[in-house]
Amino acid sequence: MKARRAARGLSLHAVVWLIGAFVAAPLGYAVISGFKSTGELTTNPFGLPGRWEAGNYTGILGDGMFWRQIANSAGIAIGTTCCTVAASAMAAFVLARYAFRGRELFYALFTVGLMFPFAVAVLPLFLLLRTFGLLDNPLGVILPQAAFGLPTTIIILRGFFRTIPAEVEEAAVMDGCGKFRFFWRILLPMARPALGTVSVLAIVASWNNFFLPLLVFDSPTWQTVPVGVQQFQGQYSTDYALVLAYIVLAMVPALAFYAVAERQLIGGLTAGATKG
Amino acid sequence: MSTLTESRPRPAVPAGGPAPARQGPRGLRSWASVAWFLVPALVLFLVFVLAPIGVAVYTGLFKWGGAGPMDEFVGLENYTRLFHDRVFLGDLERGLYLIVLSVTVQLPFALFTAVLLNQRLRGRAFYRMLFFAPYVLSEVVTAVLFTMVFLPGTGMADHLAGALGLEGLRGKWLADPSTVVPTLFVVMTWKYFGFHMMLFLAGLQSIPDEVLEAASIDGAGVWQRFRHVTLPLLGPTIRISVFLSVIGAIQLFDLVWVMTAGGPNHSSETMAISMFQFGFKRYQVGYAGAISVVLFMISVVFSLFYQRYVLRRDLSGAITPGGGR
Repeated sequence: MKARRAARGLSLHAVVWLIGAFVAAPLGYAVISGFKSTGELTTNPFGLPGRWEAGNYTGILGDGMFWRQIANSAGIAIGTTCCTVAASAMAAFVLARYAFRGRELFYALFTVGLMFPFAVAVLPLFLLLRTFGLLDNPLGVILPQAAFGLPTTIIILRGFFRTIPAEVEEAAVMDGCGKFRFFWRILLPMARPALGTVSVLAIVASWNNFFLPLLVFDSPTWQTVPVGVQQFQGQYSTDYALVLAYIVLAMVPALAFYAVAERQLIGGLTAGATKG
Repeated sequence: MSTLTESRPRPAVPAGGPAPARQGPRGLRSWASVAWFLVPALVLFLVFVLAPIGVAVYTGLFKWGGAGPMDEFVGLENYTRLFHDRVFLGDLERGLYLIVLSVTVQLPFALFTAVLLNQRLRGRAFYRMLFFAPYVLSEVVTAVLFTMVFLPGTGMADHLAGALGLEGLRGKWLADPSTVVPTLFVVMTWKYFGFHMMLFLAGLQSIPDEVLEAASIDGAGVWQRFRHVTLPLLGPTIRISVFLSVIGAIQLFDLVWVMTAGGPNHSSETMAISMFQFGFKRYQVGYAGAISVVLFMISVVFSLFYQRYVLRRDLSGAITPGGGR
């Protein structure tokens, strides 16, 4: 009995380990290859580098373009998150806590946004942004991203705002608190966990967006990390080791953010799906 | 699993129940004071989500190069052309193929992993984190990484195929029309199975232990417990997973654009790639607008049907998208 259980545990571990190898191998390959020269990559694809050359990595880190893309991505992510969370919180507040004519209609309007794939809107968005003169302008990426973030953010925040008991608001009103004051001073601080969750989702979505920045930013001034990665690959397409080093460095901010915000990210993504 | 639900205070209003009609103080129910809060979100939504759909519909009725006056009205000609376009019909077929692969391979694989990591297992927190990590990376970074992995001659995949005796695959992968879509699917699985695994894990954790214990006392074996208890109780999660996979496959762009740009010879092209090609490379903006509209119709019709007939018993309207592909 004991032996059988041990054997089962062992095979379980073997299977998990195998899946782990499937996930980790490409990542490990990239990290190690970044320390090789492209010549060595061809002759010695899997082994450790004969000589650990940090030149690929240090070269990229010494290049202003790399840091500029990181700063652009960060700025656009922060701008998008502020816009979408602020607008959503205000809308979710009245949609959750006040009865007014057409309320469910407005809520339904926002939720149908979930069915619109971003890819559908890209071409007409480009035409609209050109008309507004927002091409090559960070607002041309921030505003559409914020708009497409509204449905999820409003759904999550509205759900949370509804759970705050009516007594809290009644007590605040007794103390002479107006609607805006209640929203700003009491509701938002109470909703910090939910605000954290939706912010994390918005940041990740913005950080990884490629399609829109690709079209909107013509010059390198505002290029974000995904666009920069694609350009870099085009430019140095034969220097494989250098390209791999570049993507390894491009992964670091996303993975670091994941390590810090894991709970909010996974909580937010699974929130809707576990309601069943 | 969900930090949201765990940290919630007791609901003031039953979820999905009737709207909480609360008497606000000092006439707060009046429209004017509510409108102020709704305006920013409404304006953003109308201008950047709804208006583009209208623009796409309008543009799709013209033959237009993208600049200059839009004066060559062609009615539905773009659409008739679309449904005789070999490449576009191929896009639909490939989309369907990817959906079938996702539902029959990727999701069962994710479910298997979730069940595995739901057991007591040393290091399972680490494995969960590792398996989810690719989801956090952008599709572009993933695409460049796997372009290198599948590089003919130099890449890791060719060396691996050589070592495993799969000589037939060497040099093919992304370069051959017969292997490109399955190869892309492997990359999609690498990136997205962890996301579905997390959904399934959340679902598994919401199944009370007592139910499984009861089944076990009634003499159900491991497989029977899985088949007749776990799987039905996981139904809502599975249905959401399928939904997100389909929506993701319909709008697939970044990954394919960076890895193959739809090639070789259109064999990995998706609807979004065709739209991009016509709209931004070949300056047939009217035609690209028509592709956008069809893409839109497909996802809306699918979503409505799915919500009406499949999800209807599961939820009160809340889906967190975020793109499981």
